[in-house]
Amino acid sequence: MASGRPGVLRDRAAEVAQGVSAYGLIVRMWVRSSLAYRTSFVMMACGNFAANALDFVAIMLMFSQIDALGGFSLPEVAFLYGTSGIALGLADLLLGSIEGLGRRVRDGTLDTLLLRPAPVFAQIAADRFALRRLGRITQALLVLGWSLPRIEVDWTVGRVLMLPLMAVCGTAIFGAVFTAGAAFQFWAQDAAEVQNSFTYGGNAMLQYPPTVFAKELVRGVTFLVPLAFVNWLPALRLLGRPDPLGLPGWVDFLGPAVAALMCAGAGLAWRWGLRSYRSTGS
Amino acid sequence: MWYAAVAAGSFRRYATYQMATVAGVFTNTVFGFIVAFTYLALWHERPHLGGYDQAQALTFVWTGQALLATAALMGGGLDELQERIRSGDIAVDLYRPADLQLWWLSADLGRAGLQLLGRGVVPMAVGALAFPLALPGDPLTWGCFLLSVLCGVVVSFALRYLVALASFWLLDGSGLALISGLAGMFFSGMLLPLRVFPGGLGEVAQLLPWAAVLQTPADVLVGALRGGALVRGLVFQAAWAVGLLALGRLVQSAATRKVVVHGG
Repeated sequence: MASGRPGVLRDRAAEVAQGVSAYGLIVRMWVRSSLAYRTSFVMMACGNFAANALDFVAIMLMFSQIDALGGFSLPEVAFLYGTSGIALGLADLLLGSIEGLGRRVRDGTLDTLLLRPAPVFAQIAADRFALRRLGRITQALLVLGWSLPRIEVDWTVGRVLMLPLMAVCGTAIFGAVFTAGAAFQFWAQDAAEVQNSFTYGGNAMLQYPPTVFAKELVRGVTFLVPLAFVNWLPALRLLGRPDPLGLPGWVDFLGPAVAALMCAGAGLAWRWGLRSYRSTGS
Repeated sequence: MWYAAVAAGSFRRYATYQMATVAGVFTNTVFGFIVAFTYLALWHERPHLGGYDQAQALTFVWTGQALLATAALMGGGLDELQERIRSGDIAVDLYRPADLQLWWLSADLGRAGLQLLGRGVVPMAVGALAFPLALPGDPLTWGCFLLSVLCGVVVSFALRYLVALASFWLLDGSGLALISGLAGMFFSGMLLPLRVFPGGLGEVAQLLPWAAVLQTPADVLVGALRGGALVRGLVFQAAWAVGLLALGRLVQSAATRKVVVHGG
C-alpha cells in the first residue's frame, strides 16, 4: 500500500518545500523590482523608519516630563518597545502583504492565484513583498540596542538566549494574527482594518508596561489573543518584575508552545477560509 | 448648488463602505483604550500636565480617535486626485465648468461628514461610557467644537491638496505623501498632545497648521479654550485655512499653465 502514513508525510513535506520555494521566488522578484527604483526605495525605507521613530520620540517626550511610567523607567520601556517592534516588524516583512487578500477577494484577482501551481498562502504572503519594512525592524533594533546596557539585568547565557527566542516566538505569534486576520477577510472582505487592532494595536500596547493597563485588558491579551507572550511575560521575567496577573512563574516560558498553538490555529482558519471562498459574481 | 451635490455624492459614496466603517470603528475604539490607559498613567504621574486634568486628557484621546479618519490625519482622501494628475486624466477635469479646488473641497467635506458620523460618534460614546470624560454640557460649546472641526478639516484638506498638486512636478508623489502624513500625525497632537511637548518645541508646534487640525478642536471640546482664547483659536484655524487655500490656488494656476504648455 503506497498511501501509508510515511507517504502522506512525504507528500506534505514536498508541499511545504514547494510553498517555500515559490515564496522565495516571488520575494526575489519583488525585491528586484523595488530595487530598480533605488531612490524611491531608499526614501520609502527611510519613511518607514521615521514613522516608527516618531512613535518612540513621543515616548521620549513623555519621559521628558516624568521619570517612570507605571513604575517602569525609559530604558525598560525601550526594551519592551524594541522587542515588540522587532517581532511585529519581522512578521510584517515576512507575511504582512497578506493584508491585501480582502482586495483580491473583492476584485476577483484571487482566482488567478488559485490557478497557479503553488500554494495560495505562499503566493499571497509574498505578494508585493516590501523590503522597505526593514525600516521598522532597524528602528526597533536600534531602540533595543540602546536599552540593553541601560536595564538592570544579570546577563547569563540563558537570559541572553531568551532574546532571540522572544524574537522568533513573537514573530510567529504576530504572523499567526496576520494569517487569522486574512482568513477572516475571506468572509468580511472589506475589514482589513480589524486586524490592525491586533497587530499594530497589539504592538502599541506591548510597547508599554502591563502595569499601565486595566487587569481585564491584560487578561484579554494573555488568554484571549495571547500577545502577552510576544514580550511582556518573558520581559517581566528578565527585568525581575512581578507579573500583574500573578500567574505561576513557568508561564513566562510558554512562548514557544503558545506560538506553535497559534500558528496551528491560524493554519486551520486559513484552510477553512480558502475552502469556503466563492469567487465574485456567485 | 453643484458643489453641495458633489459633497452629498461623496457622503453617499463613503456610506456604501459599511464593512470598512465598522472595521474602522472597531480599530479606533481599540486604539482609544490603549492610548487612554497610557495617558491615565502619564497624568497619574504628573497631574495637570500641559494644563489638562485627567478627564480632559482622556477626552483628548477619544477626540483624536474620532477625528483620525474625519480629518484624514494620516493623509489620504485625495489619492484619487493624485492618481488623476499622475495619469493625465486631470486634463479632462480642467475642461469641466467647475473649479478644481472647490470640487475636491466639496468632495472632501462630504467624506469628512460621513466619517465624523460613522467613525467618530461610536468610539467617542464608548470612551464616554468606559472613562470619565470632560464633555461639555452646553450646546454652545458643542457648536463651537463642530465649527472648529470644520475649520480643521478645511486646513487638513488644503494641506493634502498641496501635496496632491505636487504630483504635477514629481513623477512619484508617494514620498511626499508619506512625509506629510508623518507630519500630520506628529504635529497635530495625535501621538501626544502638543501641550505636553516640552519648551520651545511645544510653542512652535502649536503655531503650525497641523495644530489647527486636532489640537484646537480638542481644546475647544475639553474646555481648555474659553471666551477670548476660544475666539483666538478659531481665528488661528481660519487664518491657516484661508492662507493654505490661497496658496493652493496659486500652485493650481501655476500647475494648469504647465499642463497647457505640456499639451500644446
